Formats: sequence, C-alpha cells, structure tokens
Amino acid sequence: MSLDLSPRAAAAPRPARLLHHARVEVGLQLRNGEQLLLALVIPVGLLVAGLLWGRPLGVDPVAYPASILALAVWSTSFTSLAITTGFERRYGVLERLIATPLSRADLVIGKALATAAVAAGQVTLLAAVAAGLGWRPAPTASGTLVAVAAALLASGCFAALALALAGRLEATVTLGLVNLIYLAGAAGGGLVLPVAAYPEAARLPVSLLPTAALGESLRSWASGGVEPGALGVLGCWLVLALLVARKAFRWTA
Amino acid sequence: MPEASLLVDDVRLSLGGRRILDGLTFHAAPGAVTALLGPNGAGKSTTIRCCTGLVRPDAGRLTVLGHAPGSPDAAARVGLMPQSTGAWSGIRPDELLRYLASLYAHPHRPEDLIAELGIGPFARTPYRRLSGGQQQLVNLAGALVGRPELVFLDEPTAGLDPHVRRHTWSLIRRLADAGVAVVLTTHAMDEAATLADHVWLLDAGRIVVHGTVAELTRDASLEDVFLTHTGGRAG
Repeated sequence: MSLDLSPRAAAAPRPARLLHHARVEVGLQLRNGEQLLLALVIPVGLLVAGLLWGRPLGVDPVAYPASILALAVWSTSFTSLAITTGFERRYGVLERLIATPLSRADLVIGKALATAAVAAGQVTLLAAVAAGLGWRPAPTASGTLVAVAAALLASGCFAALALALAGRLEATVTLGLVNLIYLAGAAGGGLVLPVAAYPEAARLPVSLLPTAALGESLRSWASGGVEPGALGVLGCWLVLALLVARKAFRWTA
Repeated sequence: MPEASLLVDDVRLSLGGRRILDGLTFHAAPGAVTALLGPNGAGKSTTIRCCTGLVRPDAGRLTVLGHAPGSPDAAARVGLMPQSTGAWSGIRPDELLRYLASLYAHPHRPEDLIAELGIGPFARTPYRRLSGGQQQLVNLAGALVGRPELVFLDEPTAGLDPHVRRHTWSLIRRLADAGVAVVLTTHAMDEAATLADHVWLLDAGRIVVHGTVAELTRDASLEDVFLTHTGGRAG
C-alpha cells in the first residue's frame, strides 16, 4: 500500500520535543570519541594519577577530586558544547531544525538538558572512582547548597560562553580555540590548582575568573567550608556571558 | 483559486551590503508544485531561508500558511529539504528520522518513509558516510516525516541517479496531488517542465517572468526562456 501523503501537520507536546532533542544530543555525544576523551578519559586519568601518585607532590587528597569534578563541568559545559554547536552550524543542523516544531528556545533548553545530563553522569562516575580510591569529603549542608548553586551558575556561564564562540566563529576555528581555552582554564584558571598556589600578584585576577570561582567553591565544599563569594563572581560572569551569547550567536555558518 | 499557502510580496533583503532580494513577489498554492528557477546566486536559497524564519527580510510581506515565517503555527506545518547537509555527521538515517518524527503529533512512521524512498540498505550508516544522493533521500524523508502542508525542496534531485530521480519526481507529484503545497528550486529544466504547475523565474532577487509551463514554452523551450530572461554569472 502506498504512503498516504495527505497533510496532517501538528507539533508534538513541548516536553516530548525537549526530551527527544536532549536524548539525541546525549547519544551523539557519548558516541563521539573526542567528546568521551574530554568528558571521561582525561578527568579519570588525572583523578587516578593524582590520588595514587600525587601525595609526594603536595596533592591534597580531599580537595583534589573536587578540582577534577570542576574540570568535568568545565569540559562538558564549555568545550564539548562549543565543539558540537560549531559543527551543527557548519553542517546546517540548526538551519534544518528551525523548520520543525522545535523553537529556538526549545533548542537551547534541549542543549541545556543534554549538557546537564552528561555533566551529572560525569560527576557521579568521577565521584565514585574517587571514593573507590579513598576520597572522603566532609561537606556541610550550607557548603553543599553553595557548591550546587556554584556548579549550576558555572555551567550556565560556560555554556553561554561556548555558544557565543561557536555561534560566531567557523567550526574549525572554534575547535582549536576552545581546546586552547580549555587547557588555559584548567591549568592557569584556578580550576585544578587552588588560587593559593598561584604567585601572590596573580591571585586576585585569577580568583575573579569563573573557572577559579567554581574550583574554589567545590574544593571548599569537599573540605567542609563554604565559599559564598564565588556565587557573586559566577553570577556576574553568567549575566555577561548571556548578553554576549545573545548578541553574538548566528544560527547559520 | 484556493488561498495561497505561501505569499511573498515585495520582499527586500540586503546582506553584507549586497542586495539579495529586490522586490520579490510570488505565491504558492496548496495541491500544486511551484517551481522557483534562477541562476546561481539569484536568491532562491535565501528566499527559502526567509520563508522558514531563519532570515528576516528588510521590507515586504511574507506569510506562511497565514502566519509569520518561523512562528510556531507556521514551523510545525512546513517541511524543509535543505540543499546542503542538514544533519549531524554521526547520526544514522533511521535515528534521524525517528528523532524528527518525535517532534510531530501525527508523523509518518519512519519505517514507511524508509521503505518508500529506498533508504533501508543504508538506514544504519552514519550520515557522514552516505553518498550525496543517499543524503538527499534522507533529507527528503526528513522534510516529509511531519506530514507538512507546505514543503520546501531545495534542489531535491541533485546527485540522484535517473532511476531514483524519476521515483522522486513521482513522489513529489503525489505530494501535490494529496494537497500539499510544494515549493521546488531546481537547475534542471526537465524537472521543472515535468513537475511544475507554475514556474517563477528569479534573477537578481526579483521575478522576471512567470506562468505555467505551457504558457512559458509556447514559443521556446523552458531552457531558452531561462537563458533569455536571466543573466549568466559564468565567464
């Protein structure tokens, strides 16, 4: 029997659209070797190496895993998102999806859900590996609240920065640039190393970076402290990043 | 005459200081194939981008199924087959079609479209590994999966072999016969002559001549009409 081609167009309910979009994005990310390297292989490698052999080098066994959790949020919310979005623009995926019931807002929310799902999976797995290697954080209730809020603000801020870059630059330029920024943020942005480990003159500027605010917040949480100042830094960066992303983003390459 | 599914009235657009659409006016009716012909750079793909709401014209009026382009009421009822890729490089055709179907309330079953368009043999192959013609078929299936009332086909048979091309022509004709408004851009004059109920010839962002194929080819072939009324960019 031949296909009935008569029109019967209508959008699926919004929650279903968002869920299906997020599911596709998560599936594609988990299937991509480069993304897996960023999301899991590098953080797990750093975590294991630091906990097993880092003590003589001064690695703090309580704060260090928290730094790696911050690194995971950074890689997923910034680097992976920027790379995938850059190539979606290049391949005309966003242009194609505009002509479906998926609105621009749906696309952004779907991406946010996918990013949050991958980040939650990463953090759970890394925390489990760290616990298996003897990590015993000592968080307080207020510290946990602040750390969760900081992770959410940081994730939103990193994602907005990722969209600003990927939505404006050519995909291969985005790929090179965000990898560079990823390394710079991880090594010199207070994400993995505590701000106190930087030279005196660099501490203030580094502490004002969103990467450092997240890193300090999670390290403080693991050690039983609270870092409310990080929320202010991250809040300011989030507003700024959203404004830039809104201005810079282009749906087509 | 039934109310037009697509109305483009005196639309103007400049991009990067260059005039792309210059008073473009045409319409497309339900149950008919409307062909938009023109040389490279005439503004055909930009016109489609305006119709899907991706690009906002500087001036003029454009309505899609009675709504603003890109509005939820319009976007849910149109189908788009883009000229270039339009899919994630790692996604498989069956996966892409299932995903696109999930965005609609009453979609075609992806397996029915896969069978109709002969996608089965490569339904599990990542999109980036498909040939240009296979990607075209997947893009066509993606345009139809939501059972649209208005469908934009941007050079739908480029890269297809003659067998598949003829089958695609028959599918496009069946779409129009089923009541869908089909807007087709093509460089293939035989395709336009075979399929189109109305032809609009576009050059430098404006319509230079239009009519039914019979009207346009009374004294010359469609290709001669095209060459006479449009400016070449080659040489």
